[in-house]
Amino acid sequence: MGPENVVFAVIAAAMVFSAIRVVTTRNIVHAALYLVIVLAGIAAQYILLASEFLAWVQVLIYIGAVLVLFLFGIMLTKAPMRGDNDLDNDQRWPAAVASLFLAGVLGTILIDGYGDVEIAEPEKIVRTGDLGRSIFHDWVIPFEVVSMLLLGALIGAIVIARRD
Amino acid sequence: MIETLAVDLAWGWILAIKTAVVLSIIPFGALLLGYVFLLKMMSHMQSRLGPMDPGGFHGWFQLIGDGIKFLQKEDITPEGADRRVFALAPAIILVSTFLVYIVIPVGPRLIVRDLDVGIFFALAVSSLSVIGVLMAGWASANKYALIGALRAAGQLIAYELPLVLATVGVVIQAGTMSLQGIVYAQQNGEIFGWGGIGNPFILTQIVGFLLFLTAAQAELTQTPFDMPVAESEIVGGYYVEYTGFRFLFFFMGEFGTAFAFAGIAATLFLGGWSVPWVDGTAADVLGPIVMLTKVMLVSFLIFWVRFTYPRFREDQLQSIAWKYLIPLSLVNILVTGILKVAI
Repeated sequence: MGPENVVFAVIAAAMVFSAIRVVTTRNIVHAALYLVIVLAGIAAQYILLASEFLAWVQVLIYIGAVLVLFLFGIMLTKAPMRGDNDLDNDQRWPAAVASLFLAGVLGTILIDGYGDVEIAEPEKIVRTGDLGRSIFHDWVIPFEVVSMLLLGALIGAIVIARRD
Repeated sequence: MIETLAVDLAWGWILAIKTAVVLSIIPFGALLLGYVFLLKMMSHMQSRLGPMDPGGFHGWFQLIGDGIKFLQKEDITPEGADRRVFALAPAIILVSTFLVYIVIPVGPRLIVRDLDVGIFFALAVSSLSVIGVLMAGWASANKYALIGALRAAGQLIAYELPLVLATVGVVIQAGTMSLQGIVYAQQNGEIFGWGGIGNPFILTQIVGFLLFLTAAQAELTQTPFDMPVAESEIVGGYYVEYTGFRFLFFFMGEFGTAFAFAGIAATLFLGGWSVPWVDGTAADVLGPIVMLTKVMLVSFLIFWVRFTYPRFREDQLQSIAWKYLIPLSLVNILVTGILKVAI
């Protein structure tokens, strides 16, 4: 077991623990803060995979923007200091079934796709310049399609939210 | 290159030394800015007598006195507070400040780590401080603190976009995101074919420079963008419940980040540590001095504005960001891109 695997295991354990706390904690602000740890863990795993740029995109977008908006929304509507017993509902078992199903599907796909193939160590860190070239040269059409999709979603959200 | 300053050390020692240096730069920078600008410059500009009095000559003792005062204050946690989150919040803000320093070069070899994603890394980790601010405001169990945190979050989200977009012009011109690479791009640049002093990007990216400074002013919650900490409205905002040493953490975070942002602005637009016709070991020695001069120059601009203008209203604040700064920075990117391809 190489040092990467040890680091992976430590980060993964912290992520799993925090992910469980996200859904079991009684305080919704704490849940959001545990989610910060999970998302930071994903960024750390990207760094382990030598995808530096992706890791910091993860930090900037998910922690710096998405979770700040989560916390902002929670605190703007209600900011409970004490735990809230209404957080639980009777969807416990369907949720467990759905997540087990998802874990099963993803696990099967990964094992089927890679099996015991040893993934070669990345020869060098992916340079941002190469990444840009591959997005805007090799994959420019899919990139533009995704951009249009997101733009459509944005406009749709504004149209639905507008009252007048 | 003559390796006069080179010493062979194990990587653990190098890491320890780098960490210690950055850890000492944060309080040093914060105290320097606090002393030179907050106490002395503001006293002169606004005719304040208090900070000019202690110790006799020019009030030199004021800052040391403040430090002693903070250390002897009682460490209070409010009764209704969420203790763990309350204690963790200042640490998160300081960690975010600490991480920004990693990629700022002060000499050809004087940099903690020359990351390929450089400037992007600095802006990404500086956005982490918002989480700390929200945690502090919520965990204090105080409505003024919560209002301050919400104002801070709304403002920081709005101004992060122009901050990131303002740097894109420089990145396009330099062709790299590494701050060290950006310094070299300016050093090796030419002004209409004359390469005497290189080509500081402030000449071609003056719009980007002004956008960056405006957005940084808001990110640092300095007046006129100081609604989150407005003493006259919400008694200090998100850090109202913090006392003594923990309050000092917020002070360090604020001024340490101001020092770091001034450093980033100096690197992106003013040529960073580079000195014309000097390289090698001489640049290693001169670089930090030149860099510090430029950092103080940019900080002077930040604090000059801070001491001059009154506070913006919330609606003015938001419309400045969304209606003026962001469109302007997009136009700047477009024009820079077109010129980059055309020339």
